Amino acid sequence: MEALYLLIPLSVAAVLGIVALLWWAVSRGQFDDLEGPAHQILMDDDTPRAQEDRAPSTKVI
Amino acid sequence: MTAITAPAISSTTAADAAAECFHCGLPVPARTGYQVNIDGAARNMCCAGCAAVAETIVASGLADYYRHRSAPSTKPDEVAPDFLRNLQHFDLDTAQQTFVRLDETGISRAELLLEGITCPACVWLAEQTLKRLDGVTEVYVNYATERAQLAWDGQRVKLSAILRAIAEVGLSAHPFDAALRSALRAQERRKRLFELAVAGLGMMQVMMYVVPGYLSAPGEIDPAFETVMRWASLVLTLPVVLFSSRSFFSGAWRDLAHRSVGMDVPIALAIAVAFGASVRATLAGHGETYFDSVTMFVFLLLGARFLEVESRARAAAAIERLSRPLPANASRLGAYPLSRATENVSAATLVPGDVVLVESGAIIPADGAIVEGASEVDEALLSGESAPLARSVSDSVIGGSVNIGSPLVVRVTRASTDSVLSHIARLADRALGEKPRLVELTARIASIFSAAVVLLAALTALIWLPVAGDAWLRHAIAVLVVTCPCALALATPAALTAATGRLCGLGLLATRGHAVETLARATDMVFDKTGTLSSNTLRVSTILPIGKVTRDEALALAAALEEGSSHPLARAIVAAALASPDAKRFVARNGVHGTGQGVEADIEGERMRIGSAAFVAELAGTALAAMPAAQTSNSCVFLGKKGQWLARLEIADTLRSDARESIAALRASGLRIHILSGDQPGAVEAAAHALGIAENVVAQATPARKLEYVESLQREGRIVVMVGDGINDAPVLARAQLSIAMSSGAGLARAHADMVLLSPHLRVLAQGVLLARAARRIIRQNLAWAIGYNAVAAPLAMLGWVAPWLAALGMSASSLLVVANAARLNRRNTRG
Repeated sequence: MEALYLLIPLSVAAVLGIVALLWWAVSRGQFDDLEGPAHQILMDDDTPRAQEDRAPSTKVI
Repeated sequence: MTAITAPAISSTTAADAAAECFHCGLPVPARTGYQVNIDGAARNMCCAGCAAVAETIVASGLADYYRHRSAPSTKPDEVAPDFLRNLQHFDLDTAQQTFVRLDETGISRAELLLEGITCPACVWLAEQTLKRLDGVTEVYVNYATERAQLAWDGQRVKLSAILRAIAEVGLSAHPFDAALRSALRAQERRKRLFELAVAGLGMMQVMMYVVPGYLSAPGEIDPAFETVMRWASLVLTLPVVLFSSRSFFSGAWRDLAHRSVGMDVPIALAIAVAFGASVRATLAGHGETYFDSVTMFVFLLLGARFLEVESRARAAAAIERLSRPLPANASRLGAYPLSRATENVSAATLVPGDVVLVESGAIIPADGAIVEGASEVDEALLSGESAPLARSVSDSVIGGSVNIGSPLVVRVTRASTDSVLSHIARLADRALGEKPRLVELTARIASIFSAAVVLLAALTALIWLPVAGDAWLRHAIAVLVVTCPCALALATPAALTAATGRLCGLGLLATRGHAVETLARATDMVFDKTGTLSSNTLRVSTILPIGKVTRDEALALAAALEEGSSHPLARAIVAAALASPDAKRFVARNGVHGTGQGVEADIEGERMRIGSAAFVAELAGTALAAMPAAQTSNSCVFLGKKGQWLARLEIADTLRSDARESIAALRASGLRIHILSGDQPGAVEAAAHALGIAENVVAQATPARKLEYVESLQREGRIVVMVGDGINDAPVLARAQLSIAMSSGAGLARAHADMVLLSPHLRVLAQGVLLARAARRIIRQNLAWAIGYNAVAAPLAMLGWVAPWLAALGMSASSLLVVANAARLNRRNTRG
């Protein structure tokens, strides 16, 4: 049971560590847009290009 | 390559719909025949606009968009044409200085608001389109806020080109001038999120240390371990109290400094007392601790506030969406007084001495003095002075005020400082600044309630003082916590902000605080016909040649003369000519615009005029020969040259496509519908018949008659909503309990209206009524819950039947419930 003297302070340290990690994530803007990234990964430009796209004049504008 | 098949003629009826447009999902009218090849198959398109957009998307290799999208796109016609015409004004430095930041490497940065986003694929489309532009260095689109952060090299690409590229794929982007404000808000949101997370982590871990004590029999746990766990709880509660609950303490301090009691006072008191007692017990080594109650209380309260702020931010974002800075433009009379020819310039380029023409209903672009004309000017949005002011020659006028009466010629006396006018934004600001009566009422009640809670807690402590131990403290804390009137204070504003934001998303902007409340109570809706039930897009219905010209020639001549004029009739004629592409084209030179009469110009060496009969008769020199009468509901425009009349063009005002279903929907929700119109009885009755309205139709109504009609309804105790457009309606709009102006209408009508219908669809009105009623229902539920909960919980807590942790749970759950209930308004069917 004496291990609790170590484990309880360790758990406190762990929580403080998690808080620090969270601070880093929040301040880096990782929670600013909770919807977009989920869609972005699906919408990547990885479908094989259709034939007309290979035509020379495909520049926008 | 793909191909657009040109239509034979654009005179189509929307009734015989064949299929859905592949791009926007609206029915394709028969005989248009626009097709675009997408994904190996020819797809039907409803109009040239959709076809052009689809064509651009496919040609840029972005056809994936159609594969991934989950909702039909927005019809590109809805992108304001004025906006596209005036895009180049955005390239001026003076216009850019409000929303573009230039860094030292020559890269410009701005935030753009995207419009027309219906699903995630649209975000992708916008991002890809921007990324492929040469000169754009950085693109980031936030899906939640529908904003794009953009960086570009001003040497290689112009802002107007970027905005145009977005418009070509059927979306629209507006520069956002409140970027600083939004950055601040994002910072705030991060701070709140972190505070919430700290409280949440603290709560979870403290609970871990406390639960063994709750579950075990007394004395089962070694007192030494109990001490360790108490100290651990103390260490973890410390940041929750000192960091996460800062806002409660500062709020309470602010209230006390103003000698009032808000709901932060009992909260702060409860946290401080409970934490203080727990610290004392920990140091002394005996007595009860409330670390779990404190952390849970703070976490749940912050959670409710976070949700509430998020919902308000969403409403604010919907309103900010309107604060698109339109570069103000002006009609400069370059060669005044020799010629009346106008050129469209940015207001920012005006210098003192320039002479500008200010049309009726337009905004005066800069400070100046009147050179010609007499009119009334409305300065309501600038000075708050609501009565129109009479102004005539040599009087001065202020830039940004609205010209209500007749056209004015103004000599600019001071360069425009307001290079970017956002009229609607000022309206929205006013709406946010005004507190609705209901909100003020509940805020006052909550304040009285908070004071009562503190007194009750003190009373409870006194009653329990004779009882041994620290029961008095425990029960007083429970009373403080359980009866805190958070739910009561949140009940009304949470529902109203959610409803306002949602209405705004639908395209109905509330500019006054009472709008949602009154809309829910409305019993009668009165419509004006022209511009409200009928669309603003006029259409050339008949061309009657008088001389030897053919119909096509007459139309082409008329279009050449009207080219460049912004008059709605002129636009209808130009649009009709563009729709028949085979016709011969003419070029008009030396044009002179006779304000309110017509246009005169040279075509192939002959002087021609188009406009009113009297205006053309001056040039033709002969009286107009007898001809068949025009249809009563149509406007007529005449075309003639020296010594000869050429043609009469009839222009019809068509009903909005969704007018009938909207009226039916409004009726179904129990509203009485009225039409008040200044038009001829024939035209009004035809419209009423087409809309299925048999009674309460008044034609040839003067403004006085309209006012009288609305007043008589009000005497019967009806609550009248007036939907109108234009200057004639201003007195009636002011008289009705709730006025809704069309955004296409005169600036004045908008400034005085309680709500502005920004969407081109009338059906939004019916949706708005339902939403307002839903909001009212939710407010009632919330208030009933909050009052009922406190009435039950307060006596229980005073009797000592509620433990502090249970009190924290009950009170916070009550607040969360109220906020979540209001959030239902946001979620009700996805998008308008």
